[in-house]
Amino acid sequence: MEYLLHILILIGIYIILSVSLNLIAGYAGLLSIAHAAFYGVGAYVAALMALKVQSPFLVNMVFAVILSGLLGVLVGIPSLRIRDDYFVIATFAFQVITFSVLNNWVSFTGGPMGLPGIPRPAIFGLEISSHTGFLILVGCLCAFTVWLSHRIVRSPFGRVLKSIREDEVFAQAAGKNVAAYKVTVFVIGAGLAAIAGVMYAYYISFIDPTSFTVMESIFIISIVIIGGAGSLWGPVVGAVLLVTLPEALRFIGLPTSVAANIRQILYGGLLVAFMMWRPQGFMGEYTFQKDSSRE
Amino acid sequence: MSRLLEIDSLDKNFDGVTALAGFSCSVQPGELLGLIGPNGAGKTTLFNAITGFISPDRGKATFKGTDLLRLPSHRIANAGIARTFQDLRLIRRISVLDNVLLSFKDQPGERLGNVFFRWGVSAKREAANRKKAASLLEEAGLAEKLHDPAEDLSYGQQKLLSLVCCLAAEADLLLLDEPVAGIAPEMIEKTLSVIRGLPRQGKTVILIEHNLDAVMQVCDRVVFMDAGAKVSEGTPSEVRNDPKVIEAYLD
Repeated sequence: MEYLLHILILIGIYIILSVSLNLIAGYAGLLSIAHAAFYGVGAYVAALMALKVQSPFLVNMVFAVILSGLLGVLVGIPSLRIRDDYFVIATFAFQVITFSVLNNWVSFTGGPMGLPGIPRPAIFGLEISSHTGFLILVGCLCAFTVWLSHRIVRSPFGRVLKSIREDEVFAQAAGKNVAAYKVTVFVIGAGLAAIAGVMYAYYISFIDPTSFTVMESIFIISIVIIGGAGSLWGPVVGAVLLVTLPEALRFIGLPTSVAANIRQILYGGLLVAFMMWRPQGFMGEYTFQKDSSRE
Repeated sequence: MSRLLEIDSLDKNFDGVTALAGFSCSVQPGELLGLIGPNGAGKTTLFNAITGFISPDRGKATFKGTDLLRLPSHRIANAGIARTFQDLRLIRRISVLDNVLLSFKDQPGERLGNVFFRWGVSAKREAANRKKAASLLEEAGLAEKLHDPAEDLSYGQQKLLSLVCCLAAEADLLLLDEPVAGIAPEMIEKTLSVIRGLPRQGKTVILIEHNLDAVMQVCDRVVFMDAGAKVSEGTPSEVRNDPKVIEAYLD
């Protein structure tokens, strides 16, 4: 039972990550490889605050979101001024830098040893220590993320995002400040990713840099693409699928060492298969391919 | 200040190719100005310069007294200049209605703060815009296509839709880049009648068109441009009978 709850909690964390990346990549068409970096920033900010200043859970959460958002502004403004392909590279660079900092600033982040002993979170004096408690909390945050995303994409703001994804020139000629929209959605995505990071840190109670590598970013992108970029529920479906799939491998009796490698092959294979046969993913409308009538 | 748009000796070179060579021109409010000339004369480059998509090497362009060359495209659009594109830019995978809705200015729902904290205000404006968009599309004869993706329209209908988008923008100056090129004859009539009605709605138009009959039909004044400069200017019949124009077209 605890195992099942554990999987559900992980699914919840990945739903927050993929739904927030979907705002950036699926709706605005900005393929960011830095999502795990913002996820990691959220986790480390919350963990460090909990360990070093013993501040309460909710304060840490708010701080992590704000800091990750600010970092989003810093990364977003220069990298969103350049063309699409270079944006991918710029976010990749930020991802690599973030990992290096987490891994090498040993006195502050613990380096490769990570940060153990993150205390149990408490909300208004109520300590959350059971799996059920965590699941409820993560579930609420998931619902919040999906609601927020729904509100954004159904609004005129979301309509502008889609127009930017399809044709920036049209959006500019229609009077939309394309750069400002891109930075805004990038920052929102970064802030939401931090929420997932905070939950991960408190839930596992130990974090180290290996959870926030570029591979993790690519895993989140896979969820979005396989689930369906640019659709509200696509990333949710993708998260359920990609988190449970490797667990299923465990049950067909493969030793853990083999299963871990097969997992990577499986993700890669799935990604290639989807790109070839169903580029819009399970439920998506956007394919990351340029409109064929352009260029 | 009777002039709406004032263009003063614009120069633009693309890697040694002259696109604009000291082009000057001014446009009065309510005018329907035709811009004609051979391919490569710099007509579209001029539109791109006015709307901020390219920056000219030299020269000046002012709209209602504001220097256009210092502004980014979206600010120019918001100052009241709408345009269509020769290669037809629409958001092809969203509905016809959404394309028009995108074109409205100052939408409260496009600001994130309003989306979350003043939903009522944005919803109210959105409803009003929907009504306006539907009636604009109805006038253009696209009412049945409201919810179809823009890419499902015929080429002529797509061109008409981009004109409707300009109308939704409530701009004072419309720059139309070949609105009737390559479309069916009955659509040409429909589109020209929309264009002809624009000055009555207080709009000023610059029309690039290769279809000379269309230009002669709707324009008050015509500028003939070649090799990036103005060669001739006057009423449609004056320009058509200008020996320099005849020579350029015979070349």
